[in-house]
Amino acid sequence: MKKEGKQLSVSAIKNGTVIDHIPAKNLFKVISILGLDKFDNQITFGTNLDSKKLGKKAIIKVTEKSFIDDDLNRIALIAPEAKLNIIKDYEVVEKYSAKLPEEIIGIAKCVNPKCITNNENVTTRFLVLSDNNIALKCHYCEKITDQEHMEIQ
Amino acid sequence: MKYKSLVSINDYSKKEILRILDLAAEFEEHPQPQLLNGKVVATLFYEPSTRTRLSFESAVNRLGGRVFGFTDSSSSSVTKGETIKDTIKTVSNYCDLIVIRHPLEGSALYASEEATVPVINAGDGANQHPTQTLLDLYSIKKTQGTLEDLNIFLVGDLKYGRTVHSLLMAMSHFNTTFNFISPKELNMPDEYKLHLDKLGLKYYEHLDFTEIISRADIVYMTRVQKERFSDPMEYEKVKNVYVLKNSMLENTKSNMKVLHPLPRVNEIHTDVDKNKKAYYFTQALNGVYARQAIIASILGLK
Ligand SMILES: [Zn+2]
Repeated sequence: MKKEGKQLSVSAIKNGTVIDHIPAKNLFKVISILGLDKFDNQITFGTNLDSKKLGKKAIIKVTEKSFIDDDLNRIALIAPEAKLNIIKDYEVVEKYSAKLPEEIIGIAKCVNPKCITNNENVTTRFLVLSDNNIALKCHYCEKITDQEHMEIQ
Repeated sequence: MKYKSLVSINDYSKKEILRILDLAAEFEEHPQPQLLNGKVVATLFYEPSTRTRLSFESAVNRLGGRVFGFTDSSSSSVTKGETIKDTIKTVSNYCDLIVIRHPLEGSALYASEEATVPVINAGDGANQHPTQTLLDLYSIKKTQGTLEDLNIFLVGDLKYGRTVHSLLMAMSHFNTTFNFISPKELNMPDEYKLHLDKLGLKYYEHLDFTEIISRADIVYMTRVQKERFSDPMEYEKVKNVYVLKNSMLENTKSNMKVLHPLPRVNEIHTDVDKNKKAYYFTQALNGVYARQAIIASILGLK
């Protein structure tokens, strides 16, 4: 990780994980998908930081905790540019990029109120369509849920 | 053929579609009243659709099978809150094949995942109704002698009409030229036009069809419903444009046929009914042959 001024707007951590390049507007969704609101570890986050790529970005730093690829891929849906840095002794020892899986199971909600998944206890399943913006095609009703209407369960 | 459910018309390849249509022709010519001996088919109709249910039941009976089931969930355990999953799991024990109609979209696919016997989708809300599509294709093939290189007119509500969407998807295997005739509010959705673009198929959009109907091989009519318009004045303006009258058929091709998924309200004037080009009642009869073919194929009997 390059130690630029912007990166330092949220204080550095000794050991743990830094998740960077989260679109600012989705920070709280990411927190909820990763279940950070139920963590006891020390967590700092910054939001509305300037980003060339995203306009406004957010960053999350969790001390003493390593996430796995799977966690990261779960947030790829709403933070496709996210980067995960594992920090040991103030140094980045591993880096991952979020990778959107081809299929999303059980995270998002189908936008169609008449979909079986919104009416019976059925686990949602979507095919990921990613041209420019990510959209999800429901395995069941075939309707497309776009980013704007994406709701995380 | 290995058994598989029929949930969406997209489950069938071009080859499989043609195979079903050949089988349908075989059943039309040579009825096989013993083929389903000892087989039991369940028809689970969570909403009433008498036409479709009778067509399925007729198909099973004409092949010598037995049918049981329910129609309209108000008369069944469904009202007591039983889930689709539990109903399907239970009914799977009692039959060789399930035919399901349900108002929720995706319900038939879900049922096919939970069932231990094959499932045929007889309509899941606004989503899919593949047996309707196969009977449409059978009607087209029967009247035109082929499915290749035809000019198909889709008329009316092209935005919400699931039958026209499925027909478009299925016909896109056959080098079809499409003419879409609808009010602006009810245009063919972009995803279908994109699909045709990808395949390099031609399509044209029109607001009216009196001038161009002479080019059609098939005119597929659907109803333009008032409720689809946000502005009732818009409906009043266009409501008569999408009504087919006998006088409009004068200069049409001799092979041209008028199709409609039925029930009709007023989108085809009754003066068309006696015209030889009106095919919608025979189309409904073709549904029995098409469904016989689908059932026999799915059960691995053909
Ligand atoms: Zn859905």
